[in-house]
Amino acid sequence: MAIPLKYNIGNISSRRVSTLMSVLGIGIVIAVMLSMMALSNGVNSAIISTGSKDNLMIMRDGSDTELDSWVDKAKFQVLRTLPGIQKDAQGQPVISPEIIIVFKLPKKDNPKGSNVNVRGVTPMGFEMRPYLKVIEGRMFRPGVNEVIVSRRIRDRFVGCNVGDSFHFGPQDWNVVGIFDGAGTSFDSEIWTDVGYLGSVRKRESYSTVVIRPADHDAATSIKAAVDNDNRLKLQAKSEYQYYDEQTSGLVGIKVLVGFVTFFMVIGATLGAMNTMFTAVASRTRELATLRALGFKRRAILMTVVIESAFVSLLGGLAGVLLALPVNLISTGTTNFKTFSEVAFNFNMGPAVALRGILLAVVAGVIGGLLPAISAARLPITRALREI
Amino acid sequence: METLVEIHDVRKVYKRDQFEIPVLNGITLGVPRGDFLALMGPSGSGKTTLLNLIAGIDRPTSGRILVDGQEVSSYSETALASWRARHVGFIFQMYNLIPVLNAAENVELPLLLTKLNRKQRKQHVENALAIVGLADRMTHYPRQLSGGQEQRVAIARAIVTDPTILVADEPTGDLDAKNADETLDLLQRLNAEFEKTIVMVTHDPKAAGRAKHALHLDKGVLAEGQYGYEAEPAVVRT
Repeated sequence: MAIPLKYNIGNISSRRVSTLMSVLGIGIVIAVMLSMMALSNGVNSAIISTGSKDNLMIMRDGSDTELDSWVDKAKFQVLRTLPGIQKDAQGQPVISPEIIIVFKLPKKDNPKGSNVNVRGVTPMGFEMRPYLKVIEGRMFRPGVNEVIVSRRIRDRFVGCNVGDSFHFGPQDWNVVGIFDGAGTSFDSEIWTDVGYLGSVRKRESYSTVVIRPADHDAATSIKAAVDNDNRLKLQAKSEYQYYDEQTSGLVGIKVLVGFVTFFMVIGATLGAMNTMFTAVASRTRELATLRALGFKRRAILMTVVIESAFVSLLGGLAGVLLALPVNLISTGTTNFKTFSEVAFNFNMGPAVALRGILLAVVAGVIGGLLPAISAARLPITRALREI
Repeated sequence: METLVEIHDVRKVYKRDQFEIPVLNGITLGVPRGDFLALMGPSGSGKTTLLNLIAGIDRPTSGRILVDGQEVSSYSETALASWRARHVGFIFQMYNLIPVLNAAENVELPLLLTKLNRKQRKQHVENALAIVGLADRMTHYPRQLSGGQEQRVAIARAIVTDPTILVADEPTGDLDAKNADETLDLLQRLNAEFEKTIVMVTHDPKAAGRAKHALHLDKGVLAEGQYGYEAEPAVVRT
């Protein structure tokens, strides 16, 4: 039978100050790790959550991003007539031709500016993204130089409030509304009328066309029709797949997060190890007594590891509490695949928090192992003489 | 009289760096069942080492030790742990109670290694604490007890599994005269009333005087000779 848990809890609470220090130490390490994970998660969800599995994106064959894709207006007319496209209440096919152009605009913290995606859409573009809401001002009117700006871009760039105007290219653009993209990558964009954008930027073709198939079978047949028609020279992929692929442009962040996580777990492990070496050293005679009474080496090993895991669990919980405020941080980075701004919120959801706590416990188990082994291997007769 | 502990030509050599330090130099001894034996001798004479060997927390370099017919000197580490749990009750000079457990929980520790259920364990703990006169101190923690009371809790822990043998290493070494007397009274009572076989290491001639027999070790050998007991030597099977 194992040594009772009350023994561990009693020991942890009897050395309150050193336990508190260990919990805080491990907690801070876990909080840093969770912040990095929240950053990565925030970027990922900002990009991936954009893609709907219901929508198909049609792009130029060989293009990786919307920016280097074009779809001729004649080809758009061919796509519009494909069988299997869902119809709206007016009987119109649910299909959205879109133009993406990069504007370089001055940032509040960087006057040299940064690239922002400007998306030209038709009203169908909004119908296909019903979660996108104008939260301030009004919708742009077609055929004029009006734009609506995402809330996060408004917060981070100069001259993007309702009533402001900014200059790009040969003309000024008037900001008439602010929209919320519900955490998707549209939160990093400015939207305007596709026809007007195309004409003033002299674009004879669309960048992409987004199609809503009627059902799964229709999606398969539309994809096959697009991919196999050599005259079109286009490719179709699910919108979700497209945005998932975009995260490869943020591989730097992922590597950084992995790097930091690795070292933070080592830090937490060393913290737990130090705590348990100290705890075991002060209880040498006690542990030897337990062995003399007949508790086997593995019972001693288990009790030390359990104690270490428990201290680390408390550290993990402290880490989650310490890291909670990062959820309030909204910032941005450059996606080096599109060279455009990606605005995102740090996102430490329950899954990330749980992963942090689990990693803390794993660190505790690993950190507790060495002190546990040394405690279990101590010769009883020598340990009994320890004061 | 039946021999409970048989020690055959036991030697123990410790290694310190490249040096070999002989501690026991060929001890042969038989301890009868129901005896209360005091082992005496100056520091470094090997008495605690001999006690540790009998208790199964150390193993001899050569020779054999049998307790109740079982050759414990040949047991593996794991088998020895199980054997100690069932057959040996320990009483230490510094009591060695677990500070974060109360008296009842300390006494219950060896019972956790048995198949007894919670209710049975509780009954055994109450009985053991009643025998040592501490039935009213069940929920007290070691820091809330006097030295004498702590040692009595430790004795309750030693007897709670009804072990084959009690080993006591300087059980009065950390107590004042009054508490030492009470502890020795209790050991004598356990020996006389409950027929517990006790082997006790002590420096104190007064404490040794409370035992049935006393043997002296010097430089790893028994001063009294091979069998030790003058009046009624125990039988050592060869």
